Amino acid sequence: MNGVHYTGIPSEEELKRCPGVPTPERVLRGRIACVECVQEIPCNPCEQLCRFGAISVGEQITSLPQLHEERCTGCGMCVAGCPGLAITLLDGSYSETEATIDFPYEYLPLPAPGDSVEAVGRDGAIVCTGTVLKVTKVPAYAGTAVIRMAIPKEYIHIVRSMKRIKRHE
Amino acid sequence: MRVVDHPILDKLDTSNTVTIYYNDQPITALAGEPIASALINAGIKAFRTTARRGEPRGIFCAIGRCTDCKMTVDGVPNVRTCVCPVRDGMHVTHQEGSGTFEKKESV
Amino acid sequence: MKIIETDIAIVGAGAAGLSAAAEAARAGAKVMVFDENRLPGGQLFKQIHKFFGSHDHHAGIRGYQIGRDLLSEVRDAGADVRLNTIVYGMQPDKSLGIICDGKSCVVRAEKVIVAAGAKENYMAFPGSTLPGVMGAGAAQTMANVNRVLPGERIVMIGSGNVGLIVSYQLMQAGAEILALVEAAPAIGGYGVHAAKLRRAGVPILVSHTVTRAIGSDKVEAAEIAQVDEHFQPIPGTEQILPADTICLAVGLNPMTELLWMSGCRFTYIGPFGGHVPLHDACLETTVPGLYVAGDITGVEEASSAMEEGRLAGIAAACSLGFIPAAEAEKRMEMIRHRLDTLRSGSFGAVRRQSKEKQLQAMQDYREKEGLAQ
Repeated sequence: MNGVHYTGIPSEEELKRCPGVPTPERVLRGRIACVECVQEIPCNPCEQLCRFGAISVGEQITSLPQLHEERCTGCGMCVAGCPGLAITLLDGSYSETEATIDFPYEYLPLPAPGDSVEAVGRDGAIVCTGTVLKVTKVPAYAGTAVIRMAIPKEYIHIVRSMKRIKRHE
Repeated sequence: MRVVDHPILDKLDTSNTVTIYYNDQPITALAGEPIASALINAGIKAFRTTARRGEPRGIFCAIGRCTDCKMTVDGVPNVRTCVCPVRDGMHVTHQEGSGTFEKKESV
Repeated sequence: MKIIETDIAIVGAGAAGLSAAAEAARAGAKVMVFDENRLPGGQLFKQIHKFFGSHDHHAGIRGYQIGRDLLSEVRDAGADVRLNTIVYGMQPDKSLGIICDGKSCVVRAEKVIVAAGAKENYMAFPGSTLPGVMGAGAAQTMANVNRVLPGERIVMIGSGNVGLIVSYQLMQAGAEILALVEAAPAIGGYGVHAAKLRRAGVPILVSHTVTRAIGSDKVEAAEIAQVDEHFQPIPGTEQILPADTICLAVGLNPMTELLWMSGCRFTYIGPFGGHVPLHDACLETTVPGLYVAGDITGVEEASSAMEEGRLAGIAAACSLGFIPAAEAEKRMEMIRHRLDTLRSGSFGAVRRQSKEKQLQAMQDYREKEGLAQ
């Protein structure tokens, strides 16, 4: 059986139908939020956090968040604030060959800018090597770090996180 | 294993310690923590054996409801170690069955 | 025997109990809260994840921070919170038997709110009594409160939100989750929680169950197997996982012992965790002056527990004249609306239906007894 309810991984269908996911063309033009929230659960901090009105949920807070591409500035507040860690920022315009993804990360140890890490897909499998560009963990993020990672552009719709780094006691 | 550094919670202050004794073996514990967590941190998971079949038991609920974790503490049997806090010099012993009260010297 | 008198006695200083105390004490009632634990907050302080819901439900705030804010509110309101105090019994006249500082006392309150919560279910299988098999909540307490890893290689049984969230939190504390195993053919909890686990490389095996815990004096391995549509293990599908810990996240069961003693009426609602007390829209039971709030009324979540606590606190304070009826009803309606929101959507449907069934049973009881609704 396919879909997040059976596997924990949103299916292609669910992502295609998801109003929070930007179009591939928009991703290529510059940094944009990608809200992979495909189930109706009562939750709306994303709408509350966005200062630019780029995400709307509405009165019925179980509605799927809707992304308004033209209003998103790529500030990343939603990435840290989503309780489900379902939001990333995608930038397909980073360079000729690379794209960047900003993703939420709540493990230790944190990587450092410049580190090479293993970029993983929604199923946790290693897709490629990623280069850490920025690690932000500020009080406003309430414990959630946001990591910006550069990856080969062709994987921008597949990579969603990095493999955890082994702790050394 | 002690969780000192945590991605969300504050770094654990491990400076305030006490010593308890498990079957006369000294164990370092954090002041105020439940006996069970000090033992598990020291790698001790089997706290007692059951009366009828002598089977090992450890924690189950860890909030003082199920009594799986009971041990004999300073001569008193059936103490719920998951909620009883450690005290410096406390003697905790592996309990067989329902345990027995230690005979105390008359006062 | 010492007798303590108060306006409102609250059993349980968890999410619901503290919320009730804050409302009732702020309204001017003399409120005492009793909890057998040495720390207040019940399960709230173990919740290190950001809550869902809306702004009104403290969405985006971590559970333990909500707990701290709630405790401040209770202190500012002037409620008397007695920890390390066990409430061992309730008489039909609602008087409570308690043990405080090693002494037995009787508490006589005009109104009593029981917010004792729920406890984890057990699942028996060969080896399930071995040290290393524990409730998911137990592992969460060890990791988040006591700051000790209960084990390093964990198999989680159950894919409801408890199993999903605790698995994630154990990884945050440094453990490995070898697999999350769910007997049903679909994941019980939120997809976003499951997605975090899959991104971290944790296999989620639906239609699987644990068949054996292996070890002599502690868990050394876990045997899991696929199950058929009748939840029976399919021979030949067994796998051995090198686990040192097996966590059971197989549901919770309301801790209703005191309520049984009071003589209040119950109904059985499976999705709510078992036998739950009848109550009306103000959370009053069939025993006049006895209220209930939180998981004891039916297992849901911290957010609805806090709302129910506030509702019961307002209702009890209003019934003693501390809040004018119109104002109380207005505030309770707002809370009921917030509860409806929490119980909306497909995930909330079963909870919604269960609560309606419970309220209806109370209505039916009152009709049968010829009582006012």
